[in-house]
Amino acid sequence: MAKPAEKPKVESLPAKSTSPAKSSRPGDNSVSAEELKSFHRSMLLIRRFEERAGQLYGMGLIGGFCHLYIGQEAVVVGMQSTIGDADSVITSYRDHGHMLACGMDPKGVMAELTGRSGGYSKGKGGSMHMFSRDKHFYGGHGIVGAQVPIGTGLAFAHKYQGGKNVSLTYFGDGSANQGQVYEAMNMAALWKLPVIYIIENNRYGMGTSVERASATTELYRHGEAFGIPGERVDGMDVLAVRAAGEKAVAHARSGAGPYILEMQTYRYRGHSMSDPAKYRTKEEVDKYRNERDPIDHLRKRLLDAGLVDEAALKVVDAEIRKIVNEAAEFAQHSPEPDPSELWTDVLIGA
Amino acid sequence: MSISVLMPALSPTMTEGKLAKWHVKVGDAVKSGQVICEIETDKATMEVEAVDEGTVAQILVAEGTEGVAVNSPICLLAAEGESVAEAGKAAPEAPAPTARRSEAPPPASSATPSPAPSVAAPQAEPEWSGKTVHVTVREALRDAMAEEMRKDGNIFLMGEEVAQYQGAYKVSQGLLEEFGDKRVIDTPITEHGFAGLGVGAAFGGLRPIVEFMTFNFAMQAMDQIINSAAKTHYMSGGQMTCPIVFRGPNGAASRVGAQHSQCYASWYAHVPGLRVLAPWSAADAKGLLKAAIRDPNPVIFLENELLYGQSFDVPDDPDFVLPIGKAKIERAGGDVTIVAFSIMVGKALQAAEELAKQGIDAEVINLRSLRPFDTETIVNSVKKTNRLVSVEEGWPFAGIGSELSALMMEHAFDWLDAPVKRVAGLDVPLPYAANLERMALPQSDNIVEAARAVCNR
Repeated sequence: MAKPAEKPKVESLPAKSTSPAKSSRPGDNSVSAEELKSFHRSMLLIRRFEERAGQLYGMGLIGGFCHLYIGQEAVVVGMQSTIGDADSVITSYRDHGHMLACGMDPKGVMAELTGRSGGYSKGKGGSMHMFSRDKHFYGGHGIVGAQVPIGTGLAFAHKYQGGKNVSLTYFGDGSANQGQVYEAMNMAALWKLPVIYIIENNRYGMGTSVERASATTELYRHGEAFGIPGERVDGMDVLAVRAAGEKAVAHARSGAGPYILEMQTYRYRGHSMSDPAKYRTKEEVDKYRNERDPIDHLRKRLLDAGLVDEAALKVVDAEIRKIVNEAAEFAQHSPEPDPSELWTDVLIGA
Repeated sequence: MSISVLMPALSPTMTEGKLAKWHVKVGDAVKSGQVICEIETDKATMEVEAVDEGTVAQILVAEGTEGVAVNSPICLLAAEGESVAEAGKAAPEAPAPTARRSEAPPPASSATPSPAPSVAAPQAEPEWSGKTVHVTVREALRDAMAEEMRKDGNIFLMGEEVAQYQGAYKVSQGLLEEFGDKRVIDTPITEHGFAGLGVGAAFGGLRPIVEFMTFNFAMQAMDQIINSAAKTHYMSGGQMTCPIVFRGPNGAASRVGAQHSQCYASWYAHVPGLRVLAPWSAADAKGLLKAAIRDPNPVIFLENELLYGQSFDVPDDPDFVLPIGKAKIERAGGDVTIVAFSIMVGKALQAAEELAKQGIDAEVINLRSLRPFDTETIVNSVKKTNRLVSVEEGWPFAGIGSELSALMMEHAFDWLDAPVKRVAGLDVPLPYAANLERMALPQSDNIVEAARAVCNR
């Protein structure tokens, strides 16, 4: 039995147009031991995958821009556990973690990073532009904020088609000041679209802190003008994410319209590979890594609750390492795209 | 088997760097994610984290060493179960592999290829011999949408004032009544947002028709049109599709000033991944809009406000559809070819009448499709007339006429008896005053003059 989670800091914003948001119930035991173990495994996969991607970048095998998700794993893993197979997911360019959490094959993701034919976009998209129709993952978008109207459009399609599916639309604190985000929020609230806006607030939009970029830093309240309820969530705690996510998804699925979750999280690495991250102190980074790490946190929880022992964790570590090694091998040996691919997929039927 | 830690590249352009500082020493255990050293590049000092776990067996590059090549081994780790002494003895594999990026082959060809591998132009539509109805361009557009919407429940229309107001220019008149507010949707005045929302709906399996009150306002939505709608099919390796039509009036109307009078034809025609159509007649409007709605790609559909009220004969057939990518010879002639699109087709035909009086027999080609571009029809005409005038309402610099001129250089150089002449809007923001506006936009007189010039008359 999972040890009841600590109550995360949750600040709710009741919206006038909807029933007042209740606080999350992270300790409601809705998470089974098996799920807890799978959260650990999923987060570890993302962590090890990203470390390896960083290494391949360093070896010159990955080019261009490469934005790593290390530190933020609890957000996507917690959220993905709240949705079903037919729900849609869309995010920005810091997207490798989301793809893995959606169940996309690490080999195909890594091979896209290396620009090979075995990649999800046949090597034509790269780190920021990957998709999987099968897994309902709609990208991977390189323009800050552009995925927000698109994710809202996916929600529009869900409602139009008459089902109960929802759209998880992830974006960062940097996007949170984009005009199109508010245009989309307005329409989502106006038309009661089933979309959950997940703001991954990792505290810096590239090198500019939230405080230096946003006139109001309570990002979960940024839908207030449209009557969209919002909540601030401890994004370093996968159980807090899960609890808040369940509530938000239920809200959207019920037809009550959009919901905002501001995940307070942290990226350990720079904005992209070439960012030395001098805009924050080493102490700040170390504090998060040493005291708030989502994987260490869950590992301890699993051990304390007696759900696993060190030996079992070692087995998981080895399994993950094997998956990542295979992905890296595949990504290095998959052939480059055939030159004929240059001209394909520009238009359908042309 | 010891593990070599290699000098990493920390930016897309880095080839070497200085090993500024070691954070570990021989015998230290290293965990994944642990900072092991600092590297100085020309731009910054960055920390290097371990990916593999193990014990440091040997430091191969001393602190302070400059010019360490990317991918050369900098230290050795003993893997679990391996002795540090054994691992330390293992010589690093030399030479280190060079960065892949530097091995990039040169571009296949330095010559800029023509826009796309030549694709046979589609067949022109057969000459219509059946019954026709005389309708306005406005009605033809509405009928095209209604007929397609009756056949496919996934097609919907969204835009400013398209529903209750019946369309700012009454193009969507009656659609709300027939299809209801689920499929005919008034949006807030937020072009960037609803264009993106439309793209998302198309990704999600619907077939949106997004109306811009005018294309001038679509400039706010251009990122979504180009970066999201046009490029995603390619960037996804063909997985994602975006069947969407962006339509509305383009170009000058009548004395609405510079911000409301721009022609965007060359802007959109520039972009691979889009289809760009510009109808002139009501038959064009109906046949091409139906084709656009049926097309699985993002389509830019450039209408013209001044044409909405003009009437033309349209084939009386719900299955009348025009091919995308095929120009139409509106008037056959042997002395000079005049190429135009949208409202300028009418001006070109007027000019041809005047030229006929002066003894010059002009052939007038209605482009209809700007991307793909029907080079073949134009080249065949030029082979006959040996003279070409291009007419467009937009600005001359980097306009459709510029492209047309380049294409003729490439495909019809030997058949030209005179340089291609461009008739275009003047290179100024469109003025408001009636006289100045008239001077700034191409008139049939300007076309007559240009045609005479290329005919040396």
